[in-house]
Amino acid sequence: MNRRTLLALAAGALVAAATQAPLSASADALATIETNKVIRIAVPQDFPPFGSVGSDMQPKGYDVDMAKLIAEKLGVKLELVPVTSANRIPYLQTNKVDLVISSLGKNPEREKVIDFSTAYAPFFNGVFGPADVTVKDAAGLAGKTVGVTRGAVEDLELTKIAPADVTIKRYEDNNGTISAFLSGQVDLVATGNVVAAAILERNPPKRPEIKFLIKNSPCFIGLNKNEPALLAKVDAIIAAAKKDGALDAIAQKWLGAKLPADL
Amino acid sequence: MTYAFDYGWLADYWPVLLKGIGITVELTLVGGVLGVALGIACAWARALGPTYLRPPVAAYVELIRNTPFLIQLFFIFFGLPALGVRMGELQAANLAMVINLGAYSCEIIRAGIQTTPRGQFEAGASLGMSRIETFRHVVLIPALQRIWPALSSQIVIVMLGSAAVSQIAAEDLTFAANFIQSRTFRAFEAYFVSTLIYLALAILLRQALRGIGWGLFPKRSAR
Repeated sequence: MNRRTLLALAAGALVAAATQAPLSASADALATIETNKVIRIAVPQDFPPFGSVGSDMQPKGYDVDMAKLIAEKLGVKLELVPVTSANRIPYLQTNKVDLVISSLGKNPEREKVIDFSTAYAPFFNGVFGPADVTVKDAAGLAGKTVGVTRGAVEDLELTKIAPADVTIKRYEDNNGTISAFLSGQVDLVATGNVVAAAILERNPPKRPEIKFLIKNSPCFIGLNKNEPALLAKVDAIIAAAKKDGALDAIAQKWLGAKLPADL
Repeated sequence: MTYAFDYGWLADYWPVLLKGIGITVELTLVGGVLGVALGIACAWARALGPTYLRPPVAAYVELIRNTPFLIQLFFIFFGLPALGVRMGELQAANLAMVINLGAYSCEIIRAGIQTTPRGQFEAGASLGMSRIETFRHVVLIPALQRIWPALSSQIVIVMLGSAAVSQIAAEDLTFAANFIQSRTFRAFEAYFVSTLIYLALAILLRQALRGIGWGLFPKRSAR
């Protein structure tokens, strides 16, 4: 073998390695996970109650518990990878993680580049109020006073759908909206389920319960395209967790309410 | 600079601005009239009133003058409901402004009363006036005349300070500006227009107070 053939061989091997590597890595992610006995899951660490860092410096939250549940059901070790909302999809695409459990919403742009499991967490905004106020839809708000954070999505949506005789009080920030609700300055609030959960966490005298949805955008687990085996497995785990109450327990713990019936 | 100024939103949002102006003017009128009335009562109590009345009035004045207006407002609106006292945002805003101006104007008016020469009280008494009549005709009016410019400034300050009531969702001029800004994202234009309106309102208010001064006080010879 002369030097030229050696070089050509080396170059060929390099090219082969370069083109083969991602393919082989993503050939069957589920098999790789089961061989390595470890699953790498991207979770948020700056988005409570879905993911944050506790006082013991350990990640905690809805997404973290979901990741633990999946690793446990797969019988493998869990490796949590903290991500931000901007880099969570690139981490998946560059194969740094196997799954993204990071309060990920579904939209057509994302569906072009990654696959989604079934929904695992509720994420919506709507009108909340105490149990003794009966309101079922926007028309039922007539004559009531609703607090909302000025300029938020729910402010814009509520302004569109509310009947003319609803008094909408617009506060500067979520804190003002929460205070107005707790002090009885408004009958109801339009806000996100995460904000409502934050109110519930403080164990208030008035408990905000969902009256009707304004906009629903639940969270899904993200995974790479062409992974039918992993997708089927994740979906099966979610379905089982919904059935045996494991997911209800996580929702109760972090969002202060059971899963909505339609999830 | 590549920013293109756009005042097109004025066509859609002028009713919001107009309502905001109305509420700011209403707050200033109620706050100004009742606040000065409260100030006069407190100034009388602190300067000439019975001794048992002086400590509570002094406590009220110092409490209000040494805490932020915004905190007073939040306390009335968000805090008092815990004690079962719940009022709407306009009532809360009016009350906070009356209480606030009452305390500041008390001290301004008291300064005017305490610089009244002793002889003036004696002159009133020698004319056969009662203590109340003496206070009204002989003491209060000249005292107000002396401190009128300071009192006018304080009323203008309270009007401008009313911007804080937007924080409890009272829909005053500042609320209107914030509302328009968050719907159109035209921050410069929204705040520029509201600045001009506040400026015009403040100038009008000063002129009105000067007019009231001319009507209320006897003409003085030039000194």
